[in-house]
Amino acid sequence: MSTTADTTVTTQVYRVYIKATPQAIWDAITDPAWNQRFGYPGISEYDLRPGGVFRAAAPPEMAQAMGMPEEVADGQVVEADPPRRLVQTWRFLFDPELAAEGFTRLTWDIEEDDCGVTRLTVTHELEDAPKTAAAVASVARIYEGGGGWALTLSDLKTLLETGSPMTGEQG
Amino acid sequence: MTDDDRVFKALADPTRRLLLDRLFERDGRTLTELESGLEMTRFGVMKHLRVLEDASLVVTRRSGREKLHFLNPVPIRLIHDRWIDKYRERRVSALADLKTELEEEPA
Repeated sequence: MSTTADTTVTTQVYRVYIKATPQAIWDAITDPAWNQRFGYPGISEYDLRPGGVFRAAAPPEMAQAMGMPEEVADGQVVEADPPRRLVQTWRFLFDPELAAEGFTRLTWDIEEDDCGVTRLTVTHELEDAPKTAAAVASVARIYEGGGGWALTLSDLKTLLETGSPMTGEQG
Repeated sequence: MTDDDRVFKALADPTRRLLLDRLFERDGRTLTELESGLEMTRFGVMKHLRVLEDASLVVTRRSGREKLHFLNPVPIRLIHDRWIDKYRERRVSALADLKTELEEEPA
């Protein structure tokens, strides 16, 4: 096995095409009013400048019910170029083994395509973080759809295109 | 062709499913790695990868001088949500209705 394969195999790439403007996608990712409406329950807060704090919190009642901390992930903003590119670090906190793996690097690339469609690519660099990698990939169930980023991005697409998410909110 | 059409078309070929399985086993591979052991020309494999890329099932990314291929599970997730879940729910609710109906009938 070549060294290239060894280092790159840890990166995961996810892409979704969404009928929405780059700004709408940027807001959906970074604005708590939006990001609490898709993916896993909870809100994400970003201080959108290099070195700014990122934190994701689960709803208190859910955290309590599952016996996990309210703060489920944290990190730092590395680069914020609205509405095109957000680079951040990411560390899970809801499980001690995941927390011990430390920070990984996450890049959100937002590119305008034709006909009002925008391409969102999420690249998660997961070097030395096998448990975190498994958590965001939900590898075991990939052919059934899986969870992780695939679920989160599908839900984001549904929310922006239909006005309501596929999970969580009813009505 | 819609996005769904592209995904179904891409999945409707055993070689392309094999390529996805190879990426599922180990992600981020070069064309050379992907074509090894396949009884097919390099050009043939490239054509299949092109179809997978058009369906967004494979996303490529440059790493130095190499072009690496990554499995993108999002389109499969979307197919799952739009098609598979829908029919599963209907079947479950049909059974639930049947149960209600049977239980409500006077003995």
